[in-house]
Order: sequence, then structure tokens, then C-alpha cells
Amino acid sequence: MSTVAAPPPKKVNRIGLEVVGYKGLRTTLCAGCGHNSISERVIEAFFEMGVAPWRVIKLSGIGCSSKSPAYFLSMSHGFNAVHGRMPSVATGAMLANRTLLALGVSGDGDTASIGIGQFVHLMRRNLPIIYIIENNGCYGLTKGQFSATADLGSKLKTGVINDLPPIDTCALAIELGATFVARSFSGDKKQLSALLRAAISHRGTVMLDVISPCVTFNDHEGSTKSYGYMKDHEEPLHEIDFVPYFEDIDIEIQPGTTREVTLHDGSRLALKKLAEDYDPTDRLESRRALDQAARTGEVLTGLLYVETNRPDFLQLLNLVEEPLALLGQDRLRPPESALTEIMEELR
Amino acid sequence: MSSVETLPAQGLASPEPPHLVNDFSIQVATVNGSGSQSANIVLLRALFQMGIPVSAKNLFPSNIAGLPTWYTIRANHRGFISRKKEIDVVVAMNPETAEEDVRNLAPGAAVVYDAPLGLNRLRSDLHFYPAPFDKLVTPVCPEAKLRRLVRNMIYDGILAHLLGIEMEEIRKALFKQFKKKVKAAELNWRAVEAGFEYARQNLTKTDPCRVERLNANGNKIIIEGNAAAALGAMFAGVSVVTWYPITPSSSLCETLIDYARRYRIDPQTGKATFAIVQAEDELASIGMALGAGWAGARSMTSTAGPGISLMSEFIGLGYYAEIPTVVFDVQRVGPSTGLPTRTAQSDILSTALLSHGDTKHPLLFPCSPEECFEFTLQAFDLAEELQTPVFVMLDLDLGMNYWMAEPFRYPTAPLKRGKVLSAADLERLGGFARYKDVDGDGVGYRTLPGTEHPLAAYFTRGSGHNERAAYTERPDDYTRNMDRLARKFETIRRMAPAPVLDLRPEARMGVLAVGTTHWALVESRDQLDREYSLPSSYLRLRAFPFHPSVADFIDRHDRVYVVEQNRDGQLLDLLKLDLDPALLPRLRSVRYYGGLPIDARTITDDIVQQEGL
Repeated sequence: MSTVAAPPPKKVNRIGLEVVGYKGLRTTLCAGCGHNSISERVIEAFFEMGVAPWRVIKLSGIGCSSKSPAYFLSMSHGFNAVHGRMPSVATGAMLANRTLLALGVSGDGDTASIGIGQFVHLMRRNLPIIYIIENNGCYGLTKGQFSATADLGSKLKTGVINDLPPIDTCALAIELGATFVARSFSGDKKQLSALLRAAISHRGTVMLDVISPCVTFNDHEGSTKSYGYMKDHEEPLHEIDFVPYFEDIDIEIQPGTTREVTLHDGSRLALKKLAEDYDPTDRLESRRALDQAARTGEVLTGLLYVETNRPDFLQLLNLVEEPLALLGQDRLRPPESALTEIMEELR
Repeated sequence: MSSVETLPAQGLASPEPPHLVNDFSIQVATVNGSGSQSANIVLLRALFQMGIPVSAKNLFPSNIAGLPTWYTIRANHRGFISRKKEIDVVVAMNPETAEEDVRNLAPGAAVVYDAPLGLNRLRSDLHFYPAPFDKLVTPVCPEAKLRRLVRNMIYDGILAHLLGIEMEEIRKALFKQFKKKVKAAELNWRAVEAGFEYARQNLTKTDPCRVERLNANGNKIIIEGNAAAALGAMFAGVSVVTWYPITPSSSLCETLIDYARRYRIDPQTGKATFAIVQAEDELASIGMALGAGWAGARSMTSTAGPGISLMSEFIGLGYYAEIPTVVFDVQRVGPSTGLPTRTAQSDILSTALLSHGDTKHPLLFPCSPEECFEFTLQAFDLAEELQTPVFVMLDLDLGMNYWMAEPFRYPTAPLKRGKVLSAADLERLGGFARYKDVDGDGVGYRTLPGTEHPLAAYFTRGSGHNERAAYTERPDDYTRNMDRLARKFETIRRMAPAPVLDLRPEARMGVLAVGTTHWALVESRDQLDREYSLPSSYLRLRAFPFHPSVADFIDRHDRVYVVEQNRDGQLLDLLKLDLDPALLPRLRSVRYYGGLPIDARTITDDIVQQEGL
């Protein structure tokens, strides 16, 4: 009798799903593309948070970044919209069904150039959505042209130098009213993972700008969105620990070194001070820090700004509890007496 | 739809001049922003309440205050309500345009005017009625700053005396107009009385126009087409409305907001069963409408030509990814900004084929408030049944002017929500293929986001996709999908509103139109018949893709005039794309594109000329 070890039990999350239930199709992006790392983090975060995938809608615009929703959450409805205009589609979908969890994936071209109009209004509305910019400073799918987040003086593979200042999507998002604004790096697994899980716990617009190097067109000497540049210039604001509401873990708070932020679902973020103390609830401080970093060429990462008491866009609309999409005729069509009354007024 | 399809009775006694009883047009020329709209609506309503068929055309500038505006009211005992080319009575209140307004009149017209303008020196072949408006308004309106707004009410009193409009009906209309603002109504009423009294004591009636109570309006209402469409949307159960302000469509969504606040708030919770969002532009308004349609809500947006142009890319996505939504296009004069406050039917071709690639879209063409209401109900059903954007094509004339209408009928048919699979369906079927033509009508089955089933999800994309909604660049996948979409369009052809046909057995000539052209065309047919012994059959199309009976109609006649309100004959062009080439030589074109609502005489003259009469 041979003895065969029983396979280790598969790990399931709180709703009984294995991680495979959060995966997508095999990626068709380049090997080493930062976007693939982000997809991995998304899969982990939704798995670990035990989000029912059928509650999630994943939306994107056009470009390499916008292909990535195909590579995670196969059990979620996906929507690949037109270039730069995913925010409006996401807004409409959330109006129709407020119980959904919207995950939007965009790129720096898709957001900061063609999509800047919809981006700013999305931020302003504070729609409940997790909006990720997979930011590589260039247009990958059309072979490497500069985007509007490319830094002043950064260099294309062809030697062309960018002579226009970048649009800082985080500064813009804070200015416009997004209530959870963070920057991260596709290579910073721990930080990105914590931020994504916190994003799931936040109600309102989460704007997550993730520097995600393009290995094919923008990972060379002279690029400020390369792995090398990020390795040398990433400046985390704090060390982030995320404690989900369903885990009973104490955070060790040491006054003066750790800040705690409680999110809408009761989950908590512990932000441990690194070099300087940073208060992510202070809008002015966030702007100052971003400006300062821009001057020195450092890339600040971490939770830049969070505001947990502002109502989101759907709350402002005073909607019925049930999704509008699922209301029946009895709720949608006023009775005949209403029409009779209106006709009488028009006579 | 009796008021739409019923043509004015033939052979009714029609008194010719010198007496124009219940058959004339009044044009009021004012400066915009001067509060003349209230005076004009009161006049319109008073005539309507006396049972005289009326219509109103507001000719206004794209401006808030200070530019000339003209309001034309037509009374016609036979029920002809298109714009009448000739003006019988002018009320000249605008010093800037008064002289030209008077010079353009045909001999014998009447002119009520502000006495200091001294218009009677200009011509001797008109009937002049001067009145000192400033002098009259001072005693009735002690508060100087209100006088500018009250002053116009005086001409209602003068016209009441000159035309024989019953003062009691003016009073009723006035209090209706001012609703709960009783003090304002009383103030304005005193101005009406002052005008009436002045006219009674000082003016001698010499022109032939007058009214007599007719009681021909039955149970009718008065409403703008935009408001009718808004009501249609509310009773269709629209739940997500996303829009961007643009003339002449803004009042559609604004009216809908008012009604929805009254009738679509859940009585138990005080919460709304609708979301209305003013978007940042039309790119966003259509994007939101599609997002909402995709997620299962009844969604809509409303716009005009420039917005339609902006929506082009998204509409292509809606067509190709097969997402229901309803788009109202209240057409105005283009190209570009064009004439924002003038009417046209000039988005027909561009909207039918909106967006790049092979795209085509269903268009519904209402001609009346009743049809605005009913086609809107239908548009929401069609959008969800066919999973595609559906356009309701109004125009400024229909959308923004007041029209008489039969009271709308409460919809008895249940909402048709189309092919949507539930979690239970998925369990039973073991899955689904989003773009598979299961039923042979070209329409697949969809699931809504949030459906709690592991097999519910699919990926919606504007890029190439196969039956299972997976990305593909394969020629056979692409062709099969496009062929299915073409098949779906044939399904739409069978489901869209059928044409309205009025066949005259002896007619060798046919006329064909869509939308508001109808009203001028029925009157033109009457003119052609009576004045030129030229009977005609009439087919009014109400939807694109065109109903198969169009071909039969053309085949029955030697020649068919396609009458429309644009320069290039867009409806004709669209017919050419759709019809058997053998029929094309029979088609002729009548086009008007001056920006005013088309009138009967223009059509008649054009056809007479083409007929060589």
C-alpha cells in the first residue's frame, strides 16, 4: 500500500470562492508589463476581501491599460468603452444599479488627454468607483508616443524630449473632490495591495494612480516612468497596513508614529510614519507635498488624501434603495389618475 | 390619434373676404425678454377656449433679452394649423422691426401698433390701429419697474375688442397662465381691460378679421411636443435620464424633471424612482445613457444636431455592442451652430447612419404631441426589445411650439423589457452566448450586471466579438456578426410604427413626408385639389427603417413628391438607399429650408411648378 499525501485543501475566501474565481483570461500584454502586476493585485484584493464577483462591474477605455480588465474577474460583467469615456459609462451603470461595485481601469493617455473632460467630472461627482490609472507616461498600443503625464524633460526611445509639463492626476483629483486619492507603483506589491483593499472599503471616488512601466516603449534611460527610475525615486509617504472589518486584529497605535483611518465598511488603515509625518486628511498638505515632490523629481506614493464624510454622488440623488434597473412597472409607471390629472391641467 | 389622421373636413363653408371669420393669422412683433410670451399664450388660449382651432409659432432669437421676436397665432375653422405664410393682423411693438414688419404685409392687413411709432405714414392700403401703450399702462400699473412686463397685455385687450374675442375667455386664460400668482394676474388683467376699453372708445373696426365661438376643439389639450415626449418617457418608466442643455431640446428634460418630481417619488420612502443627471457634455450624456441601458435601466438622453454629432462615436458602440437607450433629437437648423432657434428636418440622414463603420439606427418620426407621447412609449420598448439605441426625431417646431392635441391615452400594454436572462434562467440553460441568434430575429439574450450567477458575466466591447462576446479578429466571426445585425434591422422594420396612408383612388400623384411637414402638406393637398384639380395620395412615414408598404405606394403612382425641411433632400436620399432602383425615377423632391416651419403655399407652388401647371 503506497501512501499518497492528500492534496492540501484549497484556500477559499469568506464567501467560499477560490482565488481562481477572481482570475481572468491569460494576458496578451508584453511580458514584464506593469499592468500585469496590477491585475495580479486586483485579483488578490477582491479575493481577500471576499467580494462577490457578480457584484462587480469592470470598465475601461481604450489602450493597453484598458485591455487589462479581460485579465481579471472573469465572473464580473466587463465593459470596454470608447477612448477616454469610460467614466460616463460607469456613471450610467451606477445610476442604474447602485448596489454594484465599479472598478474602472484607464491609462494615462485614456485619462489625461482624450478623457480629461470625463475624468474631471467623475472626480467632481465623487461617484462610488475605484478608478485606476495604469500610468506609464506613453501610448503603448500605438507604439510609444508621449502622454500628458510624461514628465518635463523625459526622453522617448527615439530621443525626443518632452517639453511640456505633466498633468498630475492625483493633484487634480484632490482639487476636484475625489475622496480617496493615492499613488502607487506596480512593483510595490505590499503598498498597492493595501491600497486596493482599502479602495474596496471606501465609498466614493477612489483615484489610484499606479506608475506602471511600459517595458517596450518607456523603460529606458531618460524615462521617468521606468522600473529603474521608480527604484531610485519612489518616496513612500508611509508604511500602510490594511485591516479588513471582518478580521479582529488590533492595530498597534503609537502616538506620533501611526495614523489610523477608518473606512466606510469599518475596515481600518494604519499609516506608519516614515521620514516625515503626513496627514492624508489635510487637503492643503497633500497639495504641498505633491508640489514639493514634483520639484525634486521624487515620486510620492501612498495614500495622498482621504475624506470619509462626504456623501457620494448616488446619495445626493436620493434614490430608492432597490436598483433602478430592477424596479418593476408598478414602481416605474405612474397610475392612470396621474395622466388624467395632467391632461386636465393642460386643457 | 384622431387629430393626427383626420384631415380637415372637405367642402365646409368657407367665408371669403371681406369677412375672415375664424380664419386669419396674427403676428406679434416684440423685443425678447419683454414678457410678451405670457400675453401671446393668453391670446392663443382664449381663442382655443372659444373652440377655434389654433396654432402658434414662436419665432425667437438665440438671445435672452433685447432682440426681435415674432409670435404667430393662426386661427383656422377648418383645422389647418401649419404656419400661414400671409399675415392678416400685425401687432407692432418693436420699434426696431416695426417699419419692416409693416412694409412686408399684404394689402388689407391690420396693424395694431404703439402710437408713437407713427406707422400709419408708411402705407395707405392697411388698416391701422394706433394705441398709446405707455399712457395706458401707467394708471393700471403704478409700480414703474413692472410696467415693461405688463404693457404687452394691453394688446390682448385691444385684439379682444377688434376681433371679438370673449373677454371672459381671456380672463380665464390669463389666470391659468399665472397659476397661483393671483396678484400678478389681477395686475395683468387690468392692463387687458385698459386695452379693451381704449379700443372700444377710440378705434373703429375696418379690417375683415373676426372670431366667432366654434366649439370645434372638443376635449383637446394644448401642449408642446417636448412636454409630450417628456410625459411619454415618464409613463414609459424611464429611470435614468442624462442630458446636456441645448436649444431646442432642453425643455424636454426640464419638463420631465418637473413631472418626475411630482409623480415618481416613492410615497412610502420619499425617494426617487429615477435619476436625472445633467452631464458635462453630450459625449458624457450618451455615455451615461448607454451605461445605464447596459446595466438594465430604461435610459434616455435628449439633444439637438450638435449633440447628435458629438454622440456619433458612442452611438456606434451602442449599435455594435447592442445596448438599449432612447435618444431624442429635437432638430434645429445646421450645419454647425446654424440657427439654434429655427426649425429643420436636417438630421435625418446623419442620424440614420450615425457613426463610423456600417451602422444604421431606428428613427421614429412623430408629427404631433400625441405621437410624441406614443412613440416615446414605443421607443423605450423597441430599444430594450431590440437592444439598440432608438432615436425619436422631433424638430423645434414640434418640440417648442404649442399644439392642440387629443388627451393622451394611458398605456395599457405592459413594458416590454426584452430578452434578459435571470439567474434562474442561467441555471436552467447552463450558460448563454450573448450574441447568438437563438430566435432567428437577430436579437441575442443578455444578462444584467449584478445577476447573482457565476455564468452571468460577459464582456461588452466595441472591438470585434464573437457569439460568446469574446474578442476576435476572425473574418468569419466578424461577417457573421454583422450579418446578424443586418437581420436585426429587418426585425426593426417589422416592429417600428407603420406609415399612415391616405389613398385617393383617382390620384396619379403621391406625396410623402415625415414629422411636422405633415401639417403644411395636408393643407397643400387641399390647395392642389381645390385650386388646381390635382388630387393626391399621401403616405406619411413614421419610422426608419422604412415600412415595406412604401414601395407599394410609390408603385401605385406615376410620381411621388418627397416633401421635407432641409436643403439636400435627406429623406429622399435615405429612401433611395432603401428602395428598388426601378422605383427611383418616380420620386421628386420638394424642399424648404428657411428655418421657419414649412407652409402649405410653398409646397403647393413648388409642386405646381414641377407639374408644369
